[in-house]
Amino acid sequence: MIQLFLRDVGLSVRSGGGFGLALIFFLIVVTLIPFALGPDQTALAVIAPGVLWLGALLACLLSLDRIFGLDFEDGTLDLLATSPLPPEAVYIAKAAAHWLTTGLPLALAAPVLGMLLNLDFETGKILCLSLLLGTPALSLIGAFGASLTLGVKRGGLLLSLLVLPLYVPSLIFGAQAVRLAGQGLAYDGALVLLSAISLGAAAILPFASGAALRINLR
Amino acid sequence: MLHVSNLSVARGGITLLCGVGFALNAGQILVLRGANGLGKTSLLRCIAGLQNPVEGQITAPETVAYSGHADGLKGQMTVLENLAFWSSVYHGPSPEVALDAYDLHALADRPAANLSAGQKRRLGLARMQVSGCALWVMDEPTVSLDADNVALFRAALDRHVQSGGAAVITTHIDLAIASARLLDLTRFKARGLMGSTAFEEALE
Amino acid sequence: MNNRSIAPTFWDRFWRLANPKVFMGWSGRALPWVAAAAGLFLCSGLIWGYFFTPDDIRQGSTVKIIYLHVPAALMAINGYLLMFVGALVWLIRRQHVSVLAAKAAAPVGMVMTLIALATGAIWGQPMWGTYWVWDPRLTSFLILFLFYVGYIALWAAIEDEDTAADLTSVLAIVGAVFAMLSRYAVFFWNQGLHQGTTVTMADGAQQDNISNVFFQPLLLSMMGFGLLFLTLLLIGTRTEVRSRRLKVLQARERME
Repeated sequence: MIQLFLRDVGLSVRSGGGFGLALIFFLIVVTLIPFALGPDQTALAVIAPGVLWLGALLACLLSLDRIFGLDFEDGTLDLLATSPLPPEAVYIAKAAAHWLTTGLPLALAAPVLGMLLNLDFETGKILCLSLLLGTPALSLIGAFGASLTLGVKRGGLLLSLLVLPLYVPSLIFGAQAVRLAGQGLAYDGALVLLSAISLGAAAILPFASGAALRINLR
Repeated sequence: MLHVSNLSVARGGITLLCGVGFALNAGQILVLRGANGLGKTSLLRCIAGLQNPVEGQITAPETVAYSGHADGLKGQMTVLENLAFWSSVYHGPSPEVALDAYDLHALADRPAANLSAGQKRRLGLARMQVSGCALWVMDEPTVSLDADNVALFRAALDRHVQSGGAAVITTHIDLAIASARLLDLTRFKARGLMGSTAFEEALE
Repeated sequence: MNNRSIAPTFWDRFWRLANPKVFMGWSGRALPWVAAAAGLFLCSGLIWGYFFTPDDIRQGSTVKIIYLHVPAALMAINGYLLMFVGALVWLIRRQHVSVLAAKAAAPVGMVMTLIALATGAIWGQPMWGTYWVWDPRLTSFLILFLFYVGYIALWAAIEDEDTAADLTSVLAIVGAVFAMLSRYAVFFWNQGLHQGTTVTMADGAQQDNISNVFFQPLLLSMMGFGLLFLTLLLIGTRTEVRSRRLKVLQARERME
């Protein structure tokens, strides 16, 4: 399983791997917000937590269909299915690789981009923490969605439709935690719930995705 | 090693083959012949564990080494990296043996995307060596291989079988493997049992 | 020769009802009765509720939209519950009728959700001044609507019927977990910021439920919606069974 994880991380970093696309998208979205809403500094600071969380979430969506899609197309997924690795392990390895190459960079970049939206440093730290705790859920849920839509041609839009409602709890708790921190209120409750979602997803989604992978490879 | 009895195989809800049965012991090679669309690929996928048969029994080892129509290579990884990956997934022998068997040493550091079709196929077949699996299940393995490379494949197959392995192979062309048993699947073609699915049976 | 009884058990008879052919038989016979009962309860409930109850002191006559809103909301949730159960039964027992019932329940549930949302907005407008607020209850229903859409979209996107049934069932089960999670998240999201600002639908409905005058027609209306849901579900499932049979016949024809 580690080998698959390392392989996927390595592949995404090499040319044509798409590493960095999510970050660029994140940057673009954050840059577009002031154009859409006006440059008023105080207003931007208020909406910054939500916008940054939303931007990171949307950036995660971009590379979801590559998680299984690439291997499905060149026949590697069939080979993985006949290998000693169970489909659940394939799912976990790939979701973890997605997080390492997408979720983690987004979480680290968010406070930096927050400066564009007048987000103060202290709140930025909580933003980073909330994303570190929440993006694993986004990768896990996204990979689950990818395993469902594996066989659907041009399934990217369907994938987003399935995955975005599932993202709502994470978005709510994540953005809320940052907002509370910004107002000086207690935010640990939100962070705990956010982590709970990530852990819960890690507990149940491997089985659901394993089933979906088996179904799709039939 | 491999025992198949009374197997019915379907694809897309249509039953293609019916009542397939054979046994394969260590050291044996079985070649399956049949026309296009007969269901050879679906049968192999059932044996490899990728799909379930409609009916019947398959007794096969835990893991098999499967080779399908697609090469299953990662273009951005080198030949050696591809083989090393599969070797570690299967906890099998080191890639050296495979590189020897298919004369891939010269290409070891070349990204798989830069290989010709024949070279890619050789790499795909080399993967069977690093799996360390006793049973090889191969769907048309010699497509896009020239005569010399087919000879390499035959030699590798012989070595595998002599060390106690077995292989089930489908092919269109005559592989001229003297020791192979031949099974023509045409007589197992499902007739008159079109589209007999569980849903239909429930409607009767 | 063992002495085990060969008479069918209750569960055997129960599952027999779910056999497609047997299902078409009893559902066809039951349908006119269910539909008639639905019409009866709906009409009596709505007419009584609208025309024969006094106006509310605070909210005037707009409160009467409760006779549409509350039952629709109940059915919206019921629909997803049915999808969940149908999905579970399919994954465990591969009963075609139950997964087709789940498939048929989805559009009905989705429309019920829309009715609940629309009536909720119409009800709230005089109170809030706008047609939409991000009230926890309404928001939960909006998210439920999105779950319904996703489920229906996945069914439509996959060609092979059994694969579609399997994948949508997995989605329904995971979706159910997340739908419940979302409900709590949304309450946290709203209450967390504004402690007790909005008078939610629940409060409005609660107070009206206390007086019998409003409650009895509401009960009739809920029965009516429930029977309506059942009617539409039976019709929908029968259609799906027929449609599936048609596909099989067409596939056979192609082979010949």
